[in-house]
Amino acid sequence: MSVNEKTDNHPGGSSVPASGLVSSLGPTPDASLRLPLLALFGGAALWLVAGSALALIASIKFHAPDFLADDPLLTYGRVQPAADDALLYGFCLPAGLGVTLWLLAHLGRTPIRGAVVPLVAANLWHVGVFIGILSILGGDSTGFRWLEFPRAGSVVLFFAYLLLALWATMNFAGRRERLLYPSHWFLVAALFWFPWIYSTANLFLVAWPVRGIVQFVINSWFANNLLLIWPGLVGIGTAFYFLPKFAGRPLRSYYLALYAFWTLILFGSWCGIPPGAPVPAWLPAASSFAALLTLVPVIAVGLVMVQTLRGGEKAAFAGGPFCFIRFGLGSFLLATLMLIVTECPGMSRVTAFTWFGPAQTGLQLLGFFAMTVFGAIYYLLPRVVGFEWPFPKLVRAQFWFSAAGIVLFVVPLAVGGLVQGTKLSRPEIAFLDAVGAMLPFLRASTTGLLLLFIGNLLFAANIFGLTLVWKWSLLKPALAAGRAAFQSAEVKA
Amino acid sequence: MKNGFGIFLAAFVALAASWCGFVLAPEKQLGGATETAVLNSSDTYPLQRPGDAALGLQVYRANGCAACHTEQVRQDGIVASVVLVKPGKNPEAVTNLMSTLKLAGLSKEDADAAAAKIKTAGGAAEVHIAATGPDIARGWGMRQSVAVDYLYDDVVQPGNLRAGPDLANIGVREPDANWQLTHLYAPAGVVKGSPMPPFRYLFELRKIGDAPSPDALRFAAGYSLPAGYEVIPTPEAKELAAYLLSLRANAPLHSAPISP
Repeated sequence: MSVNEKTDNHPGGSSVPASGLVSSLGPTPDASLRLPLLALFGGAALWLVAGSALALIASIKFHAPDFLADDPLLTYGRVQPAADDALLYGFCLPAGLGVTLWLLAHLGRTPIRGAVVPLVAANLWHVGVFIGILSILGGDSTGFRWLEFPRAGSVVLFFAYLLLALWATMNFAGRRERLLYPSHWFLVAALFWFPWIYSTANLFLVAWPVRGIVQFVINSWFANNLLLIWPGLVGIGTAFYFLPKFAGRPLRSYYLALYAFWTLILFGSWCGIPPGAPVPAWLPAASSFAALLTLVPVIAVGLVMVQTLRGGEKAAFAGGPFCFIRFGLGSFLLATLMLIVTECPGMSRVTAFTWFGPAQTGLQLLGFFAMTVFGAIYYLLPRVVGFEWPFPKLVRAQFWFSAAGIVLFVVPLAVGGLVQGTKLSRPEIAFLDAVGAMLPFLRASTTGLLLLFIGNLLFAANIFGLTLVWKWSLLKPALAAGRAAFQSAEVKA
Repeated sequence: MKNGFGIFLAAFVALAASWCGFVLAPEKQLGGATETAVLNSSDTYPLQRPGDAALGLQVYRANGCAACHTEQVRQDGIVASVVLVKPGKNPEAVTNLMSTLKLAGLSKEDADAAAAKIKTAGGAAEVHIAATGPDIARGWGMRQSVAVDYLYDDVVQPGNLRAGPDLANIGVREPDANWQLTHLYAPAGVVKGSPMPPFRYLFELRKIGDAPSPDALRFAAGYSLPAGYEVIPTPEAKELAAYLLSLRANAPLHSAPISP
């Protein structure tokens, strides 16, 4: 299939959006997406900043246990899950859905009809996250990892997601360009994935809870699908759209991408039950085997990345979105390898219950997913709004703050986790010594969180700056008209 | 894949397979689990947690204790040893036989074989089984955690990070409610160097009235409150302590045999 033609939906395929050009070349889907995307990305940017602020508070508590200790709302066990959920539900999911909407509309060359529905759904989603985060801080968490939002929040989220997914699916079904591009598989599968796992988890764990340890099994299955598969599908689908665009050559290759898709959803969805868990032995054994097989999609994605970029005209796209997406894909490979290590029975003896796990999650959500989505948003939002970024220099600055922050957050926690695990497996070392050995690593990771927080502020500044520029452009003609009317009224008087 | 329905079908097949494997099958296998027999005893396990401990589980959940604490002990394997119970009618022969046998650090099968030899010599021997592994050596439990340990808990929170120690048997290690409460109020005052944040908001620091309250915490020497003040636990603190005291997952079971 002719991939070049399909990836080149933008006139000239250039990275410079020209607001004048868009309207002169007939309707693109961009204008129809403006309101929903601004709502999705604006709220996501707010949650990103709020989430990293909460993560910073939680992290400081390891150095100063008395820090904000007297307020039950800010105790570690509430702030940490609130920070995690603000990142995942507040940023990753809505930002990923926004990018999905844009990609589907562009690949199918079809504007969104009835954009008011996704606009309402986007705001509804952020209301749901708000309810959920407040509930966690207030002590109403369900207690299930990555499913902490109580009913009031999760019901709102579920329906908001259904509306957004329905609109994306309708746009996909009614697309004018019928040819399918590899990104389609990843994005459409992700749309379908979340409602199934989220409803299963909420029905079996919260609404009519199953008994005993089955709760833990279902929780692990849900968390793995939510952290590995959903972000994996959306992030790789996005990267497979942008890589050829940046390299100026087709995706290499169609079949390798199809292979990565199939193996990721077939094998990846069976990971997540840790070796040694207090469950029947076949469950972790199946998970370990699936984790080993997950090497296949990792290799396939790596090959697609290398073969597509090798010899491409990178120079034209150095900096900006390309850096983000390359960093994101690299993190995906590394984060998935780390996951495979934690599921391997021999290695898990060292990594189990250590900070290696949070390091893996951090790399997956921040290093891979958030960075990929940042890159996509930096590319697409100016085209959607019709204006350049108000602070273009901050894009570059954010890349460096976020990249350094992720490295400083993930590497010390991963290395520290291995140190901690080695010490924990030697019972002659006192437990508090193993905890103490972790402190320098935690300190470094707190610094990483601080850099991430700054990077997130820069991202939010550009998103809200762009929104303001656009709103001002709407207001200016109205003001001018008003002033003219006022002046003519004066003249008449 | 040439059309959109194909994508939908692919996703459906993959997700349905993993759903059947990790949602449906575990529920079929374990969802109807019941109490199980304690080895060499007529007791069943586990017992329902007492009312205040069951409420304490919700305090544990609400404050996110599982963010730092696991409730699952792991073991590497078991080691068996043979212990003579009765020398029998010919103690000399039994002693001679035993001096030729390896009696400790055995596998279960070897220990059974040794015990059988002693029996044929006229003595009576028992096989003792102990779990091994770093968690066990740390005293965090006598055996690994198994599925039935969590039977009566809703929410089940085995945890995934040991920023603090494992709590599966904290009620065995620290069976004193006053220890639990003072530790919650001032962790570093009870365990020197503990990085656990204090949970003072579960307590009330107040002036001593006409007489000290019987509920007031009794601190160990070395920790001092402002003069004339006492610390009274709120109902939540008492429930949480009751829950912690109820964490005793050490009954010998068929799925995790040990000798008490």
